Amino acid sequence: MNTLSQSLSTTWRRPWFWAYVASTAAFAATLLLTEGRGGGELLSAAFTFAAFSAIVGIGQMFIITLGPGNVDLSIPATMTLAGTLSLKFMGGDASLILPGLAVALGVGFGAGVFNYLLIRLLRIPPIIATLSASFIYQSIAIWSNRGLRIKPPQALSDFATGATLGVPNVALVGIAIAIVAWFILERSLYGRWISAIGQNMRAARLSGIPVQLMFASTFIGAAVLAGLTGYLLASFSGGAALNMGAEYLLISIAVVVIGGSSIAGGNSNVPGIWGGALLMFLIVSMLNSYGLGAGVRLIMTGVIIITIVAAAAGKEGSR
Amino acid sequence: MNGKFRILLPVISLGVLLAAVFYLQPRAMSYFGLNLLFNLAVPIALATIAQMMIIMVNDIDLSVGTFVSFVACVTATFLNDAPLIGVLILGASILAYAALGALIHLRQLPAIVVTLGMSFVWGGLAVLILPSPGGAAPGWIRTLMTVKPPLVPMAIVASVLIAALTHLLIMRSATGTLLRGVGGNTKAVARSGWEIAKLKAGAYGLAGFFGVLSGVCLVGLTTSADANIALRYTLLSIAGVILGGGEFTGGRVSPVGAVLGALTLALAGSFLSFMRLSPDWQIGAQGAILILVLAVRLIFSRKTSGQGGAA
Repeated sequence: MNTLSQSLSTTWRRPWFWAYVASTAAFAATLLLTEGRGGGELLSAAFTFAAFSAIVGIGQMFIITLGPGNVDLSIPATMTLAGTLSLKFMGGDASLILPGLAVALGVGFGAGVFNYLLIRLLRIPPIIATLSASFIYQSIAIWSNRGLRIKPPQALSDFATGATLGVPNVALVGIAIAIVAWFILERSLYGRWISAIGQNMRAARLSGIPVQLMFASTFIGAAVLAGLTGYLLASFSGGAALNMGAEYLLISIAVVVIGGSSIAGGNSNVPGIWGGALLMFLIVSMLNSYGLGAGVRLIMTGVIIITIVAAAAGKEGSR
Repeated sequence: MNGKFRILLPVISLGVLLAAVFYLQPRAMSYFGLNLLFNLAVPIALATIAQMMIIMVNDIDLSVGTFVSFVACVTATFLNDAPLIGVLILGASILAYAALGALIHLRQLPAIVVTLGMSFVWGGLAVLILPSPGGAAPGWIRTLMTVKPPLVPMAIVASVLIAALTHLLIMRSATGTLLRGVGGNTKAVARSGWEIAKLKAGAYGLAGFFGVLSGVCLVGLTTSADANIALRYTLLSIAGVILGGGEFTGGRVSPVGAVLGALTLALAGSFLSFMRLSPDWQIGAQGAILILVLAVRLIFSRKTSGQGGAA
C-alpha cells in the first residue's frame, strides 16, 4: 500500500508525466469530435510525425544537457542538406538505398564537425556558430537542389511510409534510437559525464572528464541524427524540399523542454522527448479537427507550450 | 574583453565591410548609394536593441521576429484605419511583454522556451489580423521614413539617434545600471532591496517598446505588411547584439555596439546583392561574413584577456 502510493506520487512528479497526460487528453478530445472513428489512423500518423520530432529532439537534448547557451540551431538546415544530397545521390535507384543513407549520415557528421570547430577554434557561442553555419548548409542545399524534386527509390519510400505489425516503421526507428539514447544517458559513463558537464563545467573539467571530446561528440551526434531525420523525412514525403526542416527548429527545442529536461542543462530525460513530440502533433491535429484556422491554431499551440512549462516549473521548484 | 576593446570590433567590421563595398562599387559612395545600402537598417537596429534588452538580463528572446511581424501587421491595418485602436493594441502588446518578463522571473521559467511559445502566439495573431499580404502604411510614418535630411541619409541619422538615446538610457542612467545589474548579479541587486520581478518586467517592456518601433518603421519602408515579413529578425537581432560586443550572460551589452552590429548585418545583405552573387549563395555568404567577423573577435579577446568566447 505504502509503496504503491509512493510510486504513484513519484510518477506524477516525473517531468514527462504531464506531457503524456496532455497528449492523451488531446487525443481523446480529437476522438470525441469524430465519435471514435479514425482513432487508429490518428495514432499511426501521430507516431510517424512524432518520430521525426523525437529523433532531432534527442540530438538537441544531448546538446542542451551540456549547459546554458548550448543549442543547435543548424538542425533544420542539416536535415534539408542531408535529405537533398542523399536523394540526389540515389537518384531513385533502389540499389543505392544504403549508400544513400551513408551519404545522409556523412552530411550530418560533416555538419557536426564544422559546428564544433567553429565553437572550439573560433570560440563562437554555440547559438551563433550553429546559426551562421546553418546559412551555409542552406545555401549548399539550394545550390544542389536547383528546384528539382528527385523521388526516393520506391523501396525506400515504401519503408518510410509503411508499418510493421501495425506500428509505422519510422516510429520503430525513433523508438529504437530513444532506447539507445536512454541507455547512453542513464546507464553509461558517457551519459554521467554529459550531465556532470551541464551541472558544473569547471568541476567536470577538474575531475578529469575530457570536456572537449564530449562537446565534439555531442554536437556531431546531434547533427548525424538530424541527417538521418532528413533522409527519412525526404523519403517519407516523396522528395526533399528546401523548407522541409523549417518547423523542426522550434519543435526540436520545444519537445526537449515539454519533455521536462532542464533548459539550464545537466538534467535530461528521454521518455519526455517522445511525450513532447506526440503532444506537439496531437495538439495541432486536435485544433485542426475542430476546424480552427491557422491563426488560432498557432496561438493555442503557443499558449499550451507556455502553460505546460509554467506548470512543470512549479512542480520542480526553482533551481 | 574590456569596455574599450568591446566597441572596436563592431566599428572595424563595419568599416572594413563599407570599404569593400566602396571598392567594388565606387558609386555607392554617395547620398543615394548610402541610402540604398542602409535602406532596411533602421528596423533591424531597433529589433537588435529590443533583443539586447532581453540579453541584458541574461535571457534570450526567440520571438522578436514574429513580434515585429505582428506589429507590422497591426501598423498596416489598425494603426492606419483606426489609429486609436491601433495604439491601444500596440500598448497592450508592450504590457504583455512586461508581464512575460515578470512571469519568467516569478515562476523561474526558461526564457528561451517561453519566448518560443510566444513566437507561436504573435505569429498566430499576425495571421488573424492579416491573412494575406497587404494593408497600407499610415501616411505619417511613410513621410518620416522617407524624409531626406541634408548631407546624411535618413537611415544613418536615425541609427545615430537610436544609438545615442539607448546609450544614455542603458549606460548612463540609474535605471540602466540597475537593469544591467540584474544580468550581472541578480542576487546582489535583490539583496540591496530591489524587486527583481519589476526590473525584469521593465527590461522586457523596453524590449516590447523597441520591437513596436521596429515594426512601425518597417512598414514605413515597405508600405505594406504580411505575417512573415520580419521572421529573420530573430536571428539577425541575436547576431547583431553579439557582433556588437555583447555577451549572453553577465549584463555585458553595448547599445552603440548593437546598432553598429545591426548596420553591419544590413550592409552585408546589401553588399552581397551589389556583388551580383548568385542568389543561391547569398544566405551562405551572409553566414560566412558572420563567421569571419566573429573570428576577428577572437583576436581582440586574446589580446585583452586570456579567456573569452564560449565552451
